[in-house]
Amino acid sequence: MGSEERSAWIMLVVSLTAYAIYVAIVVGQAGKAPLEEAPYVAAMLWTTGAAIVGSILLNIIGSMVMREGAGKKDQRDREIYRFGESIGQSFLVIGGVAALLMSMAELPYFWIANAVYLAFFLSAALASVAKIVAYRRGLPAW
Amino acid sequence: MVKPTRVTNDIRRLRFAHNEMTQAELADRTGVTRQTIIAIEQGRYSPSLEMAFQIARVFGVTLDEVFQYPAQERETP
Repeated sequence: MGSEERSAWIMLVVSLTAYAIYVAIVVGQAGKAPLEEAPYVAAMLWTTGAAIVGSILLNIIGSMVMREGAGKKDQRDREIYRFGESIGQSFLVIGGVAALLMSMAELPYFWIANAVYLAFFLSAALASVAKIVAYRRGLPAW
Repeated sequence: MVKPTRVTNDIRRLRFAHNEMTQAELADRTGVTRQTIIAIEQGRYSPSLEMAFQIARVFGVTLDEVFQYPAQERETP
């Protein structure tokens, strides 16, 4: 496995873990009260920060353990990166539009923030899945 | 939907004909990763024209001795 494919796996695992922990914390704190009354800001900031730090650390550890091709990137890697990011970015746009519409509808901040956070998660996770599939099966023929 | 490329190649045969050159050595000499050479050999990736020329140059052969693009039934006259 090359370093870029390994990075995609790390991003997938980290984003899934961070979002699962965030959802567990918020749902746990809500208890029997309505979900939108649950405190979410600290959990959102901490899981975001932990995901960034965690992915950096895992990439460093990964390149120390699996030294082959560490930091080496070629044309195929760049094509796969662009392919994955184009899929991921579409979810950022969807999240942005959803947040805009929710703001216009004057929905609680909780739902707006969580729509954007979900879009961030989906963007990272699905971009990683697209990259992994491209590494394993090949890029789609346009 | 992911489609396999129609480009086929003889890289594996050419590597063995050149002192059993390893995929890692070919990768080093063409400036790509070993995973990319594996993907090209297995038909999971079509290299750019420039990369294809670089691979052919390593083996000292012409491009169509390394890569082939078979015609489909309806393309044949």
